[in-house]
Amino acid sequence: MHVLRLIFKNAFRHRLRTGLTILGIVVAILSFGMLQTLVTAWYEGANLASSTRLVSRNAISLVFPLPLAYRDRIRGVEGVKAVTWLNWFGGIYKEPSNFFPQFAADARSFLDMYSELHFIEGDREAFLRDRKGCIIGTRLAEKYGFKLGDVIPIKGTIYPGTWNFTVRGIYRYEGANVSADITNLYFHWQYLDDTMRALSPRRAGQIGTFIVDIDRAENLGSIAQAIDATFKNSLAETLTESEKAFNLSFVAMSDQIITIVKLVSFVVVLIIMAVMANTMAMTARERMSEYATLKALGFGPGFLVALVAGESLFIAFIGCVLGILLTVPVAGGFGQALATLFPVFRVAPDTFLWQAGCALVVGVAAAVLPSIRAATVNVVDGLRSIG
Amino acid sequence: MAVPVFYSVRNLGARKLTTLLTAGGMALVVFVFTAMQMLDAGLKKTLVETGSPDNALVIRKGSETEVQSGVSREQASVIESQSGVVRRADGSPMVSKETVVLINLVKRGSYKPSNVVIRGVGDLGLAIRPQVKLLEGRMFTPGTSEIVAGASVARQFIGAGIGETLRFGQRDWTVVGTFDGGGSAFDSEIWGDVEQLMQAFRRTAFSSVIVKLDDEASLAKITETLENDPRLTLQVKRETVFYAEQSKALSNFLSIFGTALSVIFSIGAVIGATITMYASVANRVTEIGTLRALGFGRGAILATFLLEALALGLVSGIAGVALASFMQSVSFSTTNFQSFSELAFNFTLTPVIAVKAVLFACFMGFVGGFLPSVRAARMKIVDALRA
Repeated sequence: MHVLRLIFKNAFRHRLRTGLTILGIVVAILSFGMLQTLVTAWYEGANLASSTRLVSRNAISLVFPLPLAYRDRIRGVEGVKAVTWLNWFGGIYKEPSNFFPQFAADARSFLDMYSELHFIEGDREAFLRDRKGCIIGTRLAEKYGFKLGDVIPIKGTIYPGTWNFTVRGIYRYEGANVSADITNLYFHWQYLDDTMRALSPRRAGQIGTFIVDIDRAENLGSIAQAIDATFKNSLAETLTESEKAFNLSFVAMSDQIITIVKLVSFVVVLIIMAVMANTMAMTARERMSEYATLKALGFGPGFLVALVAGESLFIAFIGCVLGILLTVPVAGGFGQALATLFPVFRVAPDTFLWQAGCALVVGVAAAVLPSIRAATVNVVDGLRSIG
Repeated sequence: MAVPVFYSVRNLGARKLTTLLTAGGMALVVFVFTAMQMLDAGLKKTLVETGSPDNALVIRKGSETEVQSGVSREQASVIESQSGVVRRADGSPMVSKETVVLINLVKRGSYKPSNVVIRGVGDLGLAIRPQVKLLEGRMFTPGTSEIVAGASVARQFIGAGIGETLRFGQRDWTVVGTFDGGGSAFDSEIWGDVEQLMQAFRRTAFSSVIVKLDDEASLAKITETLENDPRLTLQVKRETVFYAEQSKALSNFLSIFGTALSVIFSIGAVIGATITMYASVANRVTEIGTLRALGFGRGAILATFLLEALALGLVSGIAGVALASFMQSVSFSTTNFQSFSELAFNFTLTPVIAVKAVLFACFMGFVGGFLPSVRAARMKIVDALRA
């Protein structure tokens, strides 16, 4: 018991130094947590996927369309319950920096399939009735102050001209796995198709991706293969994968950036390890004569190691606890700021474990050299030491 | 009167472990700072190399990238006939009519998919881009299903190496050569015969037309003629401007992320420097008293400790930059979401970045050393001598 009191007293003998070290650990643990959460957020979008949905796109790449006629042939594949489709619109609202995704959706079949989409304001019927209507995510509505009845002008990049969509609904997403404020805008595919038919008939009847609802999750693989086999050796071959795999393929595109984020999150731990090790090295150096006195009194090297390591772990522990406590509120703030980029920005339970693990490693690593010095100090030399 | 500089510098050597740990922590921060800046510089360099200032690129009005654009054959011939376009000896214009699409390829090793630009070029595609040189094998033969791959694509993607084949558009395409884009974005592209690719992709329109301008004034002239003709719906951009705009978002991301990381991480390093400098002051109270008694003023004491902190910063700065310079051999490849395609670039160390990094390190040293130096300067001679 005495050793614990001694550790506690020792830790606060040099208040300024201990305080600064704790502050450093808090900053490091906090930034480690934020960077890990950023990585999680990157992948989190993929978890919004349903396990009974497939996405079919042109096998060459997403920029190539599929013909509308594929709808009925996909419907004919055994195990397929429903089919809907989306076209990426990729337009610009005022400035290119105001990025948010816009999709042309086959409204009725889309709303039927995406039952996790809940209307907060406006309703399904109002959207279905208005050919030029659109529905938007709550976050999007908040960010630009869009209200029901507002007209949002979007300048097309893929589809020429400026398109005006009237807000007929504001939705939120209540998924089975995660809930999120998706920031998408959906409008009627029919409106897009009619306009393109008049403007450039070659581009009418084209679909970006088919979303396929299937009967049972375990048939995912075989149905995907069956769909692709249907269109094998045709002009537009398909590539069908689960909604989750489809979402993950976007994450994979930034794979090296994610690696960098992961790497730097460990660099900050290394930085603080150096700072902490320095603090402990100084502490041990100053107290060499005390260690020698304790040894002269008959305390063994084990006791001294416990004393030094205990102090190091104690300081790391305080920093770690404060850092973890701050992680959730700070992540909340980041989540607000990055709302349109990451629909879900929450700290994964694993992150807390990693934070604690890193603090433990820092505490232990910082104690290694000073412990050895303390344990091996010669009583005579130690008593002579002036720090 | 000032205290000799070597007094400050040699003090750093007095406690080697402490100096090493503090400098190590700071060097890691400098490493992160430098590496992120190098990445941004590498991206910018790649884009500068890609465009050539005497080329103009014509795409459809409203489109942001070549992939989104469409330029019909009639429009292309109007562009070709403009005055201001360089003409060759036989009177034909220096123009390349191109088709640009994305194909989904899988990376070697990781098997992760990504979108690669495939560019159909005309006879003058190479002549108009002097930075592109054949590396291995030979150029594709016009009129055949042959393609050549940029060095980075050939290395990274399955099927893009010399002698391998890719299948798309109901045909097998043989890679007969690889080319070096001279560090430009072309290194991340695959090139083939424009007419063959348009047939394979069932396209009737080109994506872009690149023209070589005969003098500086021609750009404005051609822009005016083409953009003001209501039948054409075209836009003209200087090639360098076009490519700079293509990765503005990625560049902003890298620079904001890099700066944020450096600022947050530097808190840790500054704390380390503060602890070290406080200890340095505390250990030399008697010395400070003696120096003051000898006639050195408060200013001289302040300067000597600040100098010590700056020297610490300088050493870490140089170490951090040296560490980061090894990153130059690492190449980086990610999806540029603006163009939705893979782009490879290198960590590029420029003298400006090196100087900035060292100054940043000195600044961290200065901030960390400031309070301890003030404490040293404010000591009373009598108290200090008595300690």
